[in-house]
Amino acid sequence: MQKLKEASMRLVFLVCAMVSVLAVILICVFLFAKGFPAMGEIGVPEFLFGMRWKPTQELYGIFPMIIGSIYVTAGAILIGVPIGLPCAVFMAYFCPRWLYRIMKPATDLLAGIPSIVYGFFGLTVIVPLMQRIFGGSGKGVLTASIMLGIMILPTIISVSEAAIRAVPKSYYEGALALGATHERGVYRTVLPAAKSGVAAAVILGIGRAIGEAMAVKMVAGNQAIIPNSLLSGVRTLTSNIVLEMGYAADLHREALIATAVVLFVFILIINLLFSLVKRRER
Amino acid sequence: MAIKKQKASLLEKLKQYKKRPFSLFLFLFTWLAALITAAAVLVIICYILIKGIPSIKPELFALKYTSENVSMMPAIINTVIITSFSLLIAVPIGVFSAVYLVEYAKRGNRLVKIIRTTTETLAGIPSIVYGLFGFLIFVVALGFDYSVLSGVLTLAIMILPTMVRTTEEALLSVPDSFREGSFGLGAGRLRTVFRVILPSAVPGILSGVILSCGRIVGETAALIYTSGTVAGIPSSPFDSGRTLSVHMYALINEGIYTEQAYATAVILLLAVLIINVFSGLIARKFSPKTEKR
Repeated sequence: MQKLKEASMRLVFLVCAMVSVLAVILICVFLFAKGFPAMGEIGVPEFLFGMRWKPTQELYGIFPMIIGSIYVTAGAILIGVPIGLPCAVFMAYFCPRWLYRIMKPATDLLAGIPSIVYGFFGLTVIVPLMQRIFGGSGKGVLTASIMLGIMILPTIISVSEAAIRAVPKSYYEGALALGATHERGVYRTVLPAAKSGVAAAVILGIGRAIGEAMAVKMVAGNQAIIPNSLLSGVRTLTSNIVLEMGYAADLHREALIATAVVLFVFILIINLLFSLVKRRER
Repeated sequence: MAIKKQKASLLEKLKQYKKRPFSLFLFLFTWLAALITAAAVLVIICYILIKGIPSIKPELFALKYTSENVSMMPAIINTVIITSFSLLIAVPIGVFSAVYLVEYAKRGNRLVKIIRTTTETLAGIPSIVYGLFGFLIFVVALGFDYSVLSGVLTLAIMILPTMVRTTEEALLSVPDSFREGSFGLGAGRLRTVFRVILPSAVPGILSGVILSCGRIVGETAALIYTSGTVAGIPSSPFDSGRTLSVHMYALINEGIYTEQAYATAVILLLAVLIINVFSGLIARKFSPKTEKR
C-alpha cells in the first residue's frame, strides 16, 4: 500500500514536471502549424524580406518590422546599459547603506510597474516632450528606445548587481593595495571579473525589450516602414500582432501568427545566447 | 567627531581626484547614473500620483460599469478572480515539478535537462506570444471563446516557469541534513517531501507566488485576445472579463477617459507597491533561515 502511494505520487510529480515540456511543444505546434503554411503561401523571401505590409492588398512583408524591432531594442540597450550598469556598480560599491535601503525598493518598484502604465506615461509625458524638442508627432524610434531603456533598467541593474557582488572582495582589496583609487579598483578589476554576469544582464534586457508589446505600441507611431531617422515612426514585430490581431482573418491572421513565429525564433536565439553565457560562467 | 573625520576625508579625496581625473570622471559618472535611475522612478511615480489621485472618485468603485461611469470595480474583481484561479492551477503544478526536479530525478538525467530547458524557454517567451497562443488553442481550437477560462489557462502557463524556478531554489536551499534526518527516522520519500522539505521551503514558494501575482496584475498583452475586453463581472467561466490592466488599456484606446485612466494607473501602482512590500517582508522575515551565503 505504502509502496503504491509512493509510486503513484512519483508519477504525479513527473506528470507535473512534464507540463512545461508539453506547453512548449503545444506552443511550437500551434504557432508553427499556422505560421509556416502562411509563410509558404506568401513566399518565404516575400514574407521575411518584403518591404510592404498592406493586408488589404495581400502584401505581407515584415522586413520593416524586423528592422523596427532591432532598432528599438538596440536603442533601449544603448540607453539602458550605460545607465543601468554604473547604477549597479553604485548599488554594490558606492551606495551608503541608508541610501541602499531606498534605492533597492525603488528599482524593484520600477520592475513591477505594469507595461501599460509605462506606455501611458510615455504617451502623456515623453511623447509631448519629444514634440516640443524635435517637432513632428513625437512618436518614433527615439521615444520608444527611451521608454524601453527605462523599462529594462531594473533587469540590467539587479542582474549585474548580483554579478558584481559575486566577485570576491579580495579582487577589489588587491587593486587598492596596488595603489588604485576606489573607482579604478571597481571599474578595472571588479567589473571585468563580473563580465559574464553583466553579459547575461544585457541579454535578459534584450529579451525584455524585443518582447515588449503594449508600451511600444503606444509610443512608436506604428508605421510599417523602415524608419529613416531617429524620429520617424516605427512598427515592431510585437506591436504588429497587437495592432491587427483584433480584426484580422484568414491569411492576414495567419501572417500575424507567422510574425509571432519570427519573434519566437528571435527569442530562442536570445535564450540560446543566455544559456551559453551562463555555461561559461560556471 | 565622526562628521569632522568624514569632512576631512572628503577634502582629502577631492585632492586625490585632482591628480586622477579619470577616477573623478568614473565617480561622477556612477553617481549620475544612480541619480538618473532614481529620478526616473520618482518622476514616473509622482506624475501618476499627482495626475491620478484627484481623479479617484467614489463612483469609480461602483459595482456596475456603464459608459457614463467607467467604474473599475468589475475590473478589480476580475483581476482577483483571474489571479487566484491562475495561481490555483500553476502553483501545485509548479511546486510538484520542482519537487520532481530536486527530490526525485537523478542528477544528470536527460529528462531533467529537457525540463530545465523548456522552463527557461517558457520564461523567455514574450507575453504577446502567450496571448496569441492562448487565442489559438483556448479561444479557437477548444472553443472557449473570449473568456475568463481562456485567460486563466494562458496565464497559468505563463507564470509556471516562475513558480518552478523559485520553488526549485527554495528546495535546493533546504539543507541535506533535513532529508537525512527524516530518512533516518524511517520516513519514506513522500513523507519527507510533504512533512519536512516543503514546509521549510514555504517562504521561497511564497515569494514565487507573489512574483507571479505581480506579473498577472501587470499583464495586458496576453489577456486582450484571451479573456477579452468586456467590462462587466463574468457570470460564468465562459464569459469574457477584463482585468485592471486591460481596463486601463481599453480606457486609453477609447481616448475620452484619460482622467479615469490616470485613476486606474494609481490603483495599479498601489497594487504593485503592496505586492512589493509583501515580497520584501517575506524575504526579510525568512532570510536568516534561507540565506545562502
